[in-house]
Amino acid sequence: MLASQNNNNQKMLTTDGIPLKKKLSKALFRSRLRAFGLVTPLLLLISIGFVFPIIVFLTRGVYNDTFEKYMVNLTPILAEWDGKSEPTEDMYEALVLDLVWLKETKNIGKVASRMNRELSGSRSLFTSSARKAKKLEAPFKESLTKVKKKWAKLETWRAMKVTSQSLSPVFLASALDMKYTAEGTIVQKSPERRIHVKLFIRTLEISLVVVIAGLILGYPVAFLLANLPIRISNLLLILVLLPFWTSLLVRTTAWIAMLQGQGVLNDLFVVFGIATDEDRFTLIYNKAGTLISMTHILLPFMILPIYSVMKTIPPSYVRAAKSMGATNWTAFWRIYFPQTIPGIGAGAILVFILAISFYITPALVGGQDGTMISNFIDYHMRKSLNWSLAAAMGGVLLVIILFLYWIYDRVVGIDNMKLG
Amino acid sequence: MTNKSFVKFENVQKSYDGEVLVVKDLNLEIPKGEFLTMLGPSGSGKTTCLMMLAGFETATHGIISLDGNPINNIPPHKRGIGMVFQNYALFPHMTVYENLSFPLEVRKLSKTVREEKIKLALDMVQMREFGNRRPAQLSGGQQQRIALARSLVFEPDLVLMDEPLGALDKQLREHMQYEIKHLHERLGVTVVYVTHDQSEALTMSDRVAVFNDGVIQQLASPPDLYEQPENAFVAQFIGENNKIMAEVVDVKGSVVTAKTSKGNLLKSKKVNCDEVGSKTTLSIRPERIKVGSKGENTSEAKVLELIYIGDHIRCRMLVEGDENFIVKIPNAKKISDLKIGLKTQVSWSTGDCRALDRLV
Repeated sequence: MLASQNNNNQKMLTTDGIPLKKKLSKALFRSRLRAFGLVTPLLLLISIGFVFPIIVFLTRGVYNDTFEKYMVNLTPILAEWDGKSEPTEDMYEALVLDLVWLKETKNIGKVASRMNRELSGSRSLFTSSARKAKKLEAPFKESLTKVKKKWAKLETWRAMKVTSQSLSPVFLASALDMKYTAEGTIVQKSPERRIHVKLFIRTLEISLVVVIAGLILGYPVAFLLANLPIRISNLLLILVLLPFWTSLLVRTTAWIAMLQGQGVLNDLFVVFGIATDEDRFTLIYNKAGTLISMTHILLPFMILPIYSVMKTIPPSYVRAAKSMGATNWTAFWRIYFPQTIPGIGAGAILVFILAISFYITPALVGGQDGTMISNFIDYHMRKSLNWSLAAAMGGVLLVIILFLYWIYDRVVGIDNMKLG
Repeated sequence: MTNKSFVKFENVQKSYDGEVLVVKDLNLEIPKGEFLTMLGPSGSGKTTCLMMLAGFETATHGIISLDGNPINNIPPHKRGIGMVFQNYALFPHMTVYENLSFPLEVRKLSKTVREEKIKLALDMVQMREFGNRRPAQLSGGQQQRIALARSLVFEPDLVLMDEPLGALDKQLREHMQYEIKHLHERLGVTVVYVTHDQSEALTMSDRVAVFNDGVIQQLASPPDLYEQPENAFVAQFIGENNKIMAEVVDVKGSVVTAKTSKGNLLKSKKVNCDEVGSKTTLSIRPERIKVGSKGENTSEAKVLELIYIGDHIRCRMLVEGDENFIVKIPNAKKISDLKIGLKTQVSWSTGDCRALDRLV
């Protein structure tokens, strides 16, 4: 039990002569093992069900081997081609060989859709040519261009070259409204085809407005919660939490009933003469609808961290300030407010991160100009089935969030954040 | 006139819920430069009085005046009263220097004047080199000093202290008591101090107001408070005290004769008891009792417990049916003949025993 203390420089020993450190780690090993054992199920669940799939999916954004996998003859030749000179007979021969094999193995659809994303109209080009490929004879350049004139176009071959590269920034570029060319350069898309950057900016803008609106609306509520007598503040807290316990879908649909043209709010406006019956406000299926309902839905996330911080600020600070001659405003602004910043920081980043990836609400009430990036990701996941682009967009969103988080850490400091 | 009653409470009452009076008809005058302590158990109304003076609570009834002017309707920030809070209330997001600068900034003093005053205030509490620290980087005693400096930096005439030493350990608390006392003597500022620690009150104050149940039980200097308690509560609350329940049987001038439950007749000084036939509490300090000899008043006693303190022996005895009768025996005499279970006599002089009101 007692360590020998005859010499301070010597290793501490137990009475049995075993080094104390060794004995200690042995004694702690069992409890560490038990602690680890207790968290193992969660650790497994998270890594198998969450981290791993996300990583796998995100790699789709930069890696797509559909072309390389099925166009085995053409891919190596395309890699050597400079993308500018006239396609050679070798290339045509390899293409025909691959088309024949694809037709036989019934994989032509996959390659055709992959190609179609790079160059619209390629789907029919591939499927119809593959049907006739078996009967074609050398020289393949002539016979193939006879089937479809498009095979003679350089554009078609350049698109194939881009697609043949499995690991490429083609989808990332596309997610940022840019195009990856056969030469390996990245150029901006023509203005009418740029939609994603606009959408990212709108998403950030909506999130920011929701944060600011939530702060303006939530701060006084948090203050009341923290300073009212406990009986009243508990009631108020339940009112704040009540929407929290209601399904997101229900809350969003409730806003539809409130905000629509014939809805409660517009009816009230008509009654009070703010709007006429023929000319009602458009409060939903646009950006306004998204902003109103998102602010409401995310408000508890703003109120609760601020409230929990305010609760820890003793009233004596403000009293002390007043006793020293500060007016109510000075005492609030210079003494009380700075101490609530950790709560504001936590609430703001929580709301912002939740808002930036909001999906159901903008989908239901967003209409044209109220949709956000997540709705677009969903579109590519479920409608256009362009999972690679969806993954690239998700990756960009993740990077933006991490970047903002980093800036936030530099400006406010994560240590200053207090969630409860 | 204003010098004699710099702070004045006139018929002040306070109720939080409209049903119970926390402060009942308070009348108190504090002359300029005095160190007055409000002492009492928690819930006795002492802090409420302080908060009313500071302006954080409004008096339900009555007038509070400062330097001759009623201040009931003046907001706290215009009263110009310095205050030290229980947990110091140093602003955690500001350095020591900024904390001290705050009251000067809100008074719109120029930078040079501010620097001058802050330097003086820091010197006053011997904390000059700590200006750039944050409150969290200071020990409890250092924080206490800064809080003190901050309450004095704008040179108020009146400083209120709400149990400022409550969070410190015993040794530091005693040290700070002297420091505050000396500071008060040097600056001549009027101090109203709230505490529930009686030794703190006795050590520091010019006068002590003992609060209980929303009423000042006694307002006196520390020696008077200890030697001449006016009622059973004060006798009980200040220092150690032996009480014997008895019934008044005779009153002659200032001497009361009372009969204990055992039938013993004891003489005592008339202070606060009613006529013949009423109940009274006889109060004697433990150090005024002699053991083993007869005197003006004598009672049978049995030793129950002996505790060796060092400078004295604390002896718990059974006297007049009370098992908690304490006698302090100085550690000078030969005391080895005292044994647990020993039957002996205790005696005291009539002047040391005070007949007070009946303790409920």
